[in-house]
Amino acid sequence: MPAPHTWIYRHRLPTRVCHWVTALCLLILVPSGFQIFNAHPALYWGERSDRERPLLALKAVPTDDDELRGITEILGYTIDTTGVLGASSEEGERVARGFPTWATLPSSQWLAMGRQWHLFFAWVLVLNGLIFGLWAVWSRHVIRDLIPAGRDLAGLGASLRDHLRFRFPTGERRYNVFQQMAYVSVVGILGPLIVLTGLAMSPWMDAAVPILPAVFAGRQSARTVHFLATFAFLGFTVMHLFMIAATGVLSNVRSIVTGWSRVLDEGETDEPTQRD
Amino acid sequence: MSPPREIDRRRFMLRGLGLAAIAPLLAGCDRLSQTRWLSRLLGAGERVTHRVQRTLTLRGALAREFPESARSAVFPPNGTSEPTAPAYQTLAANGFADWRLEVHGLVERPARFSLADLRRLPARTQITRHDCVEGWSAIGKWTGVRLGTLLDAVRVRPAARFAVVRCADVMEASGQPYYESIDLVDAYHEQTILAYEMNDRVLPVAHGAPLRLRVERQLGYKMAKYVMGIELVERFEDIEGGRGGYWEDRGYEWYAGI
Repeated sequence: MPAPHTWIYRHRLPTRVCHWVTALCLLILVPSGFQIFNAHPALYWGERSDRERPLLALKAVPTDDDELRGITEILGYTIDTTGVLGASSEEGERVARGFPTWATLPSSQWLAMGRQWHLFFAWVLVLNGLIFGLWAVWSRHVIRDLIPAGRDLAGLGASLRDHLRFRFPTGERRYNVFQQMAYVSVVGILGPLIVLTGLAMSPWMDAAVPILPAVFAGRQSARTVHFLATFAFLGFTVMHLFMIAATGVLSNVRSIVTGWSRVLDEGETDEPTQRD
Repeated sequence: MSPPREIDRRRFMLRGLGLAAIAPLLAGCDRLSQTRWLSRLLGAGERVTHRVQRTLTLRGALAREFPESARSAVFPPNGTSEPTAPAYQTLAANGFADWRLEVHGLVERPARFSLADLRRLPARTQITRHDCVEGWSAIGKWTGVRLGTLLDAVRVRPAARFAVVRCADVMEASGQPYYESIDLVDAYHEQTILAYEMNDRVLPVAHGAPLRLRVERQLGYKMAKYVMGIELVERFEDIEGGRGGYWEDRGYEWYAGI
């Protein structure tokens, strides 16, 4: 016997389309970004790259028996990351490369093509973000659903307790406060940050808008922040996928594809084992 | 009421499929990278960037100039650092006394300039950041003559649209000569200079002696070294690979503003 339930229209069409366009963009932008990074796999702070003082460097060091060791140097510490970072195999042979072939697009070293993928999909991401942002403000999606309201914040403690006990709400009609904070920071902070740091690496933009590299303390710092923001995106994606797995892949995928979601009727919503 | 096991299994499979789909997708992108049509499609990104960045920018907007203290202690040379062509070696052995810069093509008065000629013209010095397409940056001081000054001297014809820069270095990997091209907006830009000095010294061979182009609002590969001649043209489709530069012929963007 299915529990008494109601169908609700959870995600409107612009949300669903922009969600999947963003997913596609990340799928292309992250590995093509790693391809570009591999052309000079080191990060710095400031305007210049002073090669003796990197914040992070992925290096290949030859060993006595003529092999290559992959070394990750981070803030002065070194870690052996052979096989993954610094040196890994390409067509059966170990070569010097920052990220391994499975993490880059194209898989082999090909900077020109990586740039083409990256700079094309960067535009797709920007246009998609602008369209979503404008629609979300105009349709009051931001005010109504995304910015935590007083009642959302009031439930912060309870929501935190539930999350820590891995009791995830599945039938709520409204995003919980942690979802709100996660979505608002990705759309409102991380998205603009990754675009602005990307633009700050453009010598043409730096001439046109000198304040752009300045707010990030220089072109090389902008590159570093761009890199960190990538990992923030990846971290968000991992959490996002984990939460989807934990709260029901089918119902989540159904609602982000069709918009419709089935929720249990009042009184039973807080029982996490009862779903689907 | 707990969910039936059937659904659990289905869910698990879907989850696996979701992740497993990524690897073939990237492999597919890999194969697409080899096709011409995809490269042409992605090239739209470059055209949009070019159009938008140029539209939003004042033509004369200057790249930032830095104080002496901001200079890189080490400015790593990239690309060719010692041209092997015998003609170049002969010129270098003589301190480039016999070297001439030929400015020709769509101009009223083609001319040849010696280094001494260039040094007699008004000089511009700038400390700027050099951004390599690979991702690193270095700050150096450059002194030279504005390309605009030379173009005024030879009187560019109205039909001319690009300045093609011919270089003395033959790239080792391909056996092809280095060359570059810029449009006249960049050619006449205040900071576009042909530098004969770097960091208060005569331009070293590793950095393009006797003369290198500086186009401060674009990436390093536009800033051709070992400059031998400048040709004013209407189109560059019939030059070398037809895409306006050595690296452009190998898939890099002609507009290197990003």
